[in-house]
Amino acid sequence: MTEPLIVLDRVEKHYGAVQALAGVSAEIGAGEFFSLLGPSGCGKTTLLRAIAGFEELTGGRLTIDGRDMAHVPPNKRPTNMVFQSYAIFPHLDVGQNVGFGLRKKGLDKAEMTRAVGDALTMVGLGGYEKRASHALSGGQRQRVALARALVMKPKVLLLDEPLSALDKKLREQMQVELIRLQRQVGITFILVTHDQEEALVMSDRIAVMFDGQIAQLADPEILYRAPVNRRVASFIGMMNFLPTQVTVLPDGTAEVDVAGLGRATIPATQCAGGARAGKGAVGIRPETLTIGREGAGRVAEGTVEEVVYYGDMTYYDVLLDGAAAPVTISMRNVFGRDVLCRGARTPVRWAPEAMVLFHD
Amino acid sequence: MRRPGTLAIYAAFYLVFLYAPVILLPLFAFNDGTIIAFPLSGFTTHWFAELAQTDALIDSVVTSLIIAVVAAVLATLLGLLAARAAARTMFPLKPGIMGLIMLPLILPEIIIAVALLVVLSQLGIALASWTVILGHVLLCTPFAIAILNSAFLALDQSLEEAAQDLGTTKLETFWRVTLPLVMPGIVSSLLISFTISLDEFIIAFFLSGNEPTLPVYLWSQLRFPARIPVVMALGTLLLIASLVLLTTAEYFRRRGAARTGQDDHGGFM
Amino acid sequence: MTEAAAPSAVPAAAQLGQTRADRFARWRRGEAARGLTLVSPALIYALLLLAAPMGMIVALSFATQTYLTIDWSPSLANYHEAWIDPQESEMYRALMGRSLAISGAVTAITVLLAFPIAYFVSFHVAPRRKALWIFLITIPFWTSYLLRVFLWKVILQENGVVNSILMGAGVIDTPLDMLFSPDAIIITLAHAWAPFAILPIYVALEKIDRSLLEAARDLGENRIVTFWRVTLPLALPGVVAAALIVFIPTIGDYVTPALIGGGRVPMIANMIQAQFMVLNNRPMGAALAISAMVVVAVIAILFLLLNRRFLKVRQ
Repeated sequence: MTEPLIVLDRVEKHYGAVQALAGVSAEIGAGEFFSLLGPSGCGKTTLLRAIAGFEELTGGRLTIDGRDMAHVPPNKRPTNMVFQSYAIFPHLDVGQNVGFGLRKKGLDKAEMTRAVGDALTMVGLGGYEKRASHALSGGQRQRVALARALVMKPKVLLLDEPLSALDKKLREQMQVELIRLQRQVGITFILVTHDQEEALVMSDRIAVMFDGQIAQLADPEILYRAPVNRRVASFIGMMNFLPTQVTVLPDGTAEVDVAGLGRATIPATQCAGGARAGKGAVGIRPETLTIGREGAGRVAEGTVEEVVYYGDMTYYDVLLDGAAAPVTISMRNVFGRDVLCRGARTPVRWAPEAMVLFHD
Repeated sequence: MRRPGTLAIYAAFYLVFLYAPVILLPLFAFNDGTIIAFPLSGFTTHWFAELAQTDALIDSVVTSLIIAVVAAVLATLLGLLAARAAARTMFPLKPGIMGLIMLPLILPEIIIAVALLVVLSQLGIALASWTVILGHVLLCTPFAIAILNSAFLALDQSLEEAAQDLGTTKLETFWRVTLPLVMPGIVSSLLISFTISLDEFIIAFFLSGNEPTLPVYLWSQLRFPARIPVVMALGTLLLIASLVLLTTAEYFRRRGAARTGQDDHGGFM
Repeated sequence: MTEAAAPSAVPAAAQLGQTRADRFARWRRGEAARGLTLVSPALIYALLLLAAPMGMIVALSFATQTYLTIDWSPSLANYHEAWIDPQESEMYRALMGRSLAISGAVTAITVLLAFPIAYFVSFHVAPRRKALWIFLITIPFWTSYLLRVFLWKVILQENGVVNSILMGAGVIDTPLDMLFSPDAIIITLAHAWAPFAILPIYVALEKIDRSLLEAARDLGENRIVTFWRVTLPLALPGVVAAALIVFIPTIGDYVTPALIGGGRVPMIANMIQAQFMVLNNRPMGAALAISAMVVVAVIAILFLLLNRRFLKVRQ
């Protein structure tokens, strides 16, 4: 990470007795694509609005570019926001919307027109200046909101669930465009989302929030591969949790005995919060299990209980011999691979290296 | 199912009932006879000519217009501030305070009239046009608040936040974003308040002193059968005026709605 | 050293706690202060020109008129005269009773006539034409109230529109005597308040999710039962609002009894006006005004409570 641009130091926000932010600390770098991910009510939007200046913190410190932001109103902060509803001014046309904030910058008319035109071109709406804002589609409104914020040349762009109102296709397309845009302008983007896939696709780093606190802050790969607890693990993607007895070996690795799979040794780095003896749960992602005999790893046997066909993927629920509950396995439907039927007997390949041990 | 059902027939009769009295206005305004009865006895514009020559009437129209304009502006200003507070902030005793301000909505007008009369005469204040304005502002403010409150509630709060986020101060935000967007509400508030004041009789009857408003003047004329055709002519003009006003207002409302892309349903009410 | 450190530590901790509490208080004070500032002009206006005068009327109702001056020493004489005194109160009570009866009849008739129209516009008129219909219904009421009431006099009077038509057509020989009766007052008021009943009912009907009605039909109810079990209960808040909107002001109506009743069928507002402007007994007028308000308020509250109960049972 480069020089931290935003420093959150134990920031708190409560409304009466309700604690929306319970001591959040983080550093966000210049030029970083940072996501706040969590379920609704976890405080992610409050945190974003606190950075924008719409919520005054009740505790802790927030600095942007070394400047303490306490009592600095939104109009005096080096941040700009893309609102969830886009907040396109209905009484102004597209050009006036994008130029709204430029009036305060002391540009002359020609400079302003050029800045607006450039911003619109950047978001793919070149020549839309005179369009009425209410005639825009959802995707276009979002682009206008982006242009309107970016034309201000903020140090930080804040995005409050910007894609949630779009349909699936358009959403995926906009994800790619946002990444491209962020690389192009090179400023910090902070994205609020409840969609884990969106966060994984777009972010350099992700802060997963629950109950007004950051549960885990990491880059997407670590977050996915080594979640710090079961809550984070099940919020990010799908995971099987298999109960197990844990024995800790002298070198810090954990030895587990999982019904249906057998004994295995889990490296210390895969033990969330360190290995402890006693009861635990082993987490396995569906795609790290394989149906069939080919490939690496160890083999277990089981019976297919349920088959869910998704087109590109098939999800199986397989009851391993000796296990109490089935595990979910996902298989890519590559050419030549048959989809199994319910009741079929099948070998299942697995690897201890793909397991995570949880104690919560 | 699309045949004219019982309900449609009922609706037609109901409209006849609603329009029956109003239709009489133009009918007898142009009727060449002093008695308001059928059959009609020929066409004349005589009553309109007489109308133009009645100074007392013209004075009362002017008085009423002045009162209505001032009351509408004051009520809308008070309403604008109070509605903003009601729609956007929490403050102590809010239900009680708003309840008191909205009370004239359900208070019989005669009570307001009597109460103001007592206070004014106890204070030794002479009755005049401005005392009527005092009462009319009281009466119109709740209507203004009701209209403007829904205008503020319909306004997406993130629009104001977006403006502030883009560097404008609170005052500039109000000027550049809030005001243009609640303008249709302000216009309706002005129109409704104006109309209520123009039509109000009881408060004006008690408080106008020797500066009668139009309704008070009309009231004095209704006792003289000979004056009735002139009153009919006046009523016709008032009807036309309010139709023109309403249609214009509706036109602007629709244009505003179209411009901001809102769904168009309902009228002012 | 420890002694020096100790006293400074306590204020520091206290200060820390205080700043947090302060900030929270500031946040609350900020919004509350802004709200109160914004609402204050309207509030001060209402206090000065509504609350204070109402207080004065209450005080006045306990005073007594002694020839040309008012004796402000509090007494219940006016209320005694209006409600209890065997001879005097008879007239006042009759007046109050008549006002209530007329107002009640007007309310019932207006709401009953209005419901089918509101239902028609909401359920049978094409969405594009609804605004036009509402416009059509409200237009007649943008003419002067005074004139509208007066026009009913023109319609109903002895040599008026109805009689001249009926006699011209040979249906009757002698003119019908329709004016100066409670019935005439009721017809006039029912007309004057029609849109105020139609609009709230219409709004309530418009709010009903149409899929609820389809669900009821889907669950095997016919149209009439669906109306009875789904539409009507959901429209009831609008009906209640309509009833109150019509009832409360009509009881204080002055113009209609004066014009249509011709002084022969006075209501309470006419008596209040007479006490203030003709009989010059303002304390009595104030007592009547307060009495009328209390009666209306009690009836309105009872009506609302009954409805709440009824609605609860329904839901």
